[in-house]
Formats: sequence, C-alpha cells, structure tokens
Amino acid sequence: MRMAGRSKSGTFMLHLVAWLIALIWLIPFLGVFMASIRPLSEISRGWWRFDSFTPTLKNYVGAWNHPAAPISRGMINSLRVAVPATILPVLAASVAAYGFARFSFRGRDFLFMLIVALMTLPQQMIAVPLFRIMNKLGAVDSYTGLMVVHSAWGIPWILYFMRNYFSTLPIEIEEAAKVDGASDWRIFLQIVMPMALPAVASSSVLQFMWVWSDFFLALILIYSPTKLLATQRVPLLRGVYHVDWGVLAAGSIIVMTVPIIVFALMQRYYIRGMVGWVSK
Amino acid sequence: MGQTRGRIFFFLPALILLATFVVYPVINTVWLSFQTPEGEFAFFKNYVRILSEPEIVDLRGFKRGFPYGALIHNIIWIVIHLPLTVMLGLILAVILRDVKGGAVIKSIIFLGMVTPMVVGGIILRFLFDGSVGILPSFLSLFGVAKRTLTAHPDTALFALILGSLWLWTPFSMVLYSAGLETIPDYVYEAAVIDGASPLRIFFMITVPLLKPVTGVVVTMTFLWVLKIFDIVYVATMGGPGGSSNVLALQMYMYAFREFNANAAAVVATFLMLIALVVSIPTFRALRGDES
Repeated sequence: MRMAGRSKSGTFMLHLVAWLIALIWLIPFLGVFMASIRPLSEISRGWWRFDSFTPTLKNYVGAWNHPAAPISRGMINSLRVAVPATILPVLAASVAAYGFARFSFRGRDFLFMLIVALMTLPQQMIAVPLFRIMNKLGAVDSYTGLMVVHSAWGIPWILYFMRNYFSTLPIEIEEAAKVDGASDWRIFLQIVMPMALPAVASSSVLQFMWVWSDFFLALILIYSPTKLLATQRVPLLRGVYHVDWGVLAAGSIIVMTVPIIVFALMQRYYIRGMVGWVSK
Repeated sequence: MGQTRGRIFFFLPALILLATFVVYPVINTVWLSFQTPEGEFAFFKNYVRILSEPEIVDLRGFKRGFPYGALIHNIIWIVIHLPLTVMLGLILAVILRDVKGGAVIKSIIFLGMVTPMVVGGIILRFLFDGSVGILPSFLSLFGVAKRTLTAHPDTALFALILGSLWLWTPFSMVLYSAGLETIPDYVYEAAVIDGASPLRIFFMITVPLLKPVTGVVVTMTFLWVLKIFDIVYVATMGGPGGSSNVLALQMYMYAFREFNANAAAVVATFLMLIALVVSIPTFRALRGDES
C-alpha cells in the first residue's frame, strides 16, 4: 500500500540508494575485518586491494597472546565484572521498581523523578569522589569496587524501565493473591517476576552491553597491567615503533564479538529496551 | 500494619547503592567545584577562572584556527552532529521500511550501536589513517593530498564528528523505525486515496506524527555528544595540540593527569548542568505520560 504512488524506476532507485548506504556503513567494519586477517605488508598496500591475498589468523593469535596486553586475559576480566554488574543492579532495581509501581507512600513520585533524573548525569560527575571513596575502602584496582559502581550507575535506567513495565501488568491477579493472604514478597517473586521476564531480559542485555563496553570507569578504577579489562587493552595493542594494525584490528574484533553475539541472540529484547524511551 | 513496614526492604538495596556511589559523589563534586585546591571556599571564582582557561575556551582560535577550546569543540560537535543524526535516522527509517532486505541493512547499520566505543575509536583511527586508511586514499582520487585526518588540527575534530555520526545514527534510526510502526496504515491509505505524493505524505503525515520521537532523539543525542569521551581518547587523545579536545576529556585530564580535583569538578558540574537543562523537556513529557 505504501508503495502505491511510486513508479517502477523510483522503486529501483530507492533500493539502489538503500544498499549504497548499507555499503558505506559497512566499509569501516569491513576494513578492520580485512586488516585483522591479513599480514601487515598487505594492509600497508591497502586492505581493499586483492592482487595478493593471504588470509591468516596470526593477528588473532598475536592479540590473544599479546606480550604486554593479552586480550584473552582481558576477556576473562571483563566477564568477571560484567556478569555480576548485570545481575546485581537488575535484581536491586527490579525489586525497587515494583515498590514504585505498586506501593503508595508520601513523596513516592518525587523520589522516583529524582532517581530518573540521575540518568542524565555524566560519569565525570562521580569520578573524583568515587576514586577517593574506593581508595578509603581499599577497593581501588579491584573488580568488586568497579562492579559495585557499575551496578549503582545502571540502577536508575533499569528502575525506570522496570517500573513502566510493572505498571502495564494487570493488578487484579496480585489483588486476588493478596486477598488469599500472600505476602508482598511472595506476590512479587511468584506472580509478578515470572510475568516480567521479557523486561528482565531487556534490561539485562542492555546493562551487560554497557558494562562490557565501558571504558571511562575502568580507566579510573583499574590500573594494574594484569587486571586491565578488555576495552582498556585494545588501545595498548598498537605496538611501540610502528602501529601494528593487524593485531590492533584483531583485538578490536575479538572485543566486539561479545556484544555482537549477545545482540544476535537477544536482538528482540535489546531493541525493546532501547525503544523503551519512546513507547511504553 | 506489619506488612507495610517490610516494604522498605524493596527499596533499600537500590537506594543504598545509589546514595553511596552516585548521589554522595555528585554532591561531593559540586562541593569540590566551589573550593580552591587549598580547601578554601571560593564560590564561583573557580568557575570564572577555569571556564576561561584556553583549554576550555580559546578565543585566539577564531583568528588562527584550531584549537578553539573544549567547550567550543563540544558546541561545534553538537551543531553539526545533531541535525544530521535526526535527518539521517528519519530518512533511513522511512526508506528501509519500504525496501526489500531493509531488515538486513538495518542490522548492518546497527553494528555501530553494539560496538564498544573504544573499538569505534580504533576503527575511526584506521579509517582516517594517511597510509592505510581507505578514506584518505579515496579522497586522493579527487586530488586531495593523502594525510592522517585525525592528526591535523584543521581536520581532527571534523573527522571525529563524522565518525560519531557513523556510530550513533543507528540509535535515531531504530527509534524512528519503532515510531513508524505506531502510525496506523489507514492514515497512509487515506492520504494515497486523496492522491497525495510520497513527499507530501512524508512532510504532512510522517514528520508531524513522529514529533514525540524526535524529542527523545534530540535529547538523547545531545546528551551523548555532550559526554563524548572514548572515541576522542582512543583516536586522538584530544590532539593534535588540543584541536579535538572535548569537555569530558578535559575533565579527565584535570582530575587524573594534573591531579587538580577542583578544576575537574568545575568542568564536571558544568557538564551536569547543561545535561539537566537539556533533558528537562523530556522529563516533563515522561511525567506527563503518567497521569
């Protein structure tokens, strides 16, 4: 129906433009991918030239076992932060979000708006005092410290998202359970949470991706060479005397694969989480 | 009732985390921004002094060219990036809805959104490199001398802006795509029966109906550009000679390279104030939804 009003040649042009845009968008990715599977001599002549083409996995091995900043170690370190920094805030924020959706008390809406306003904060706003707090707690350069900060940082968004979701659930079932004498916790855990699993999935996927991709908080809180996270290691793969583009590209691709796999598997939930901003 | 008292435990974990690791640091930063490094209360003196430092605003730039200072760079970034993201995202969403294989193209474009920004910075550095990058080589076909675009004062910032557009447009595209789905088919059908041209349909129906989405896209994009850090840190480190420096990076430099917590706090607080002002309309809208 929408296509009515358009001529055949118009439709053809539209497809041409669309695929041209797709190609332009793909080129930078294609470039790093090609660089990652070719020797430096070929990259220097241009990754887009194919007169000699010797695909190799050497760069991947080089990045994985890099002498100064092995990506393998970075991947493990990043997982050690990202997994708990996803579970903790999703739990804490979901519970609180249910409270904001269903319990009424004085100042509830004000408190909620205050928490939502925290979403706009730049991370720079907490950096210096955080470093000092962690220093006092002896948690600088520790994953627990970083994990807790990521958890706190993720709570406002998850709380907002989950509260909106809980508000859309029919309240009648909960009220019936209450009449039967079920406690708040029982209702929440046995009735509400099972219904909210899609929303839990959405917020978990987004939170995991953010923590995995984070650079700034890791930069200020983690500094031991062995403890550096994956995102901190990528820039260190450059090489000393010349830029080792192959290894740098391979390291970039390795670090990218995790969010790409998560996105591929959980696309529906990821998009729903993002779109949570415009529709409820 | 005893039962309602237990309800506080629903809120405690989240509130304790927020209070300790977000709210307290924020208050502390505001407090630091009013103090001299010696611990004296300086009120707004810090702001006047820091915000007129050449790293933040460099008026000489208007005579000699880059750098103009981090604040001006942020403004340039937003002025260029914001309208382009909005237009590109909307156009892509509309085009790709009608194109066969549009979902595939969307996924390709969306790659930028799931790429860690650090990796995005590396990709941009590679893309713009004078000897191995494809863009300088492509431009050389048109007689432009090959050079690393991120390493020259006159092009570094613009190269990063172009790169940020590549990474962020997927966000506005996805939001607009979702917005388009909420417009019912009969609206279009009626317009087509009335003989409206596709262009007219776009401007008279699609654009006005997507106004709420545009509001969110504008706000989120503004905030994203305002806080931009990773790609600058990785691709140029704000250089050469501060030509691509931005506020978030300058804050980091003050705090963790020069160990001037007070100057850093001024920049951070300034960033926060802009972010709050910009997001007020969106929060009004969010609140409006509730009633």
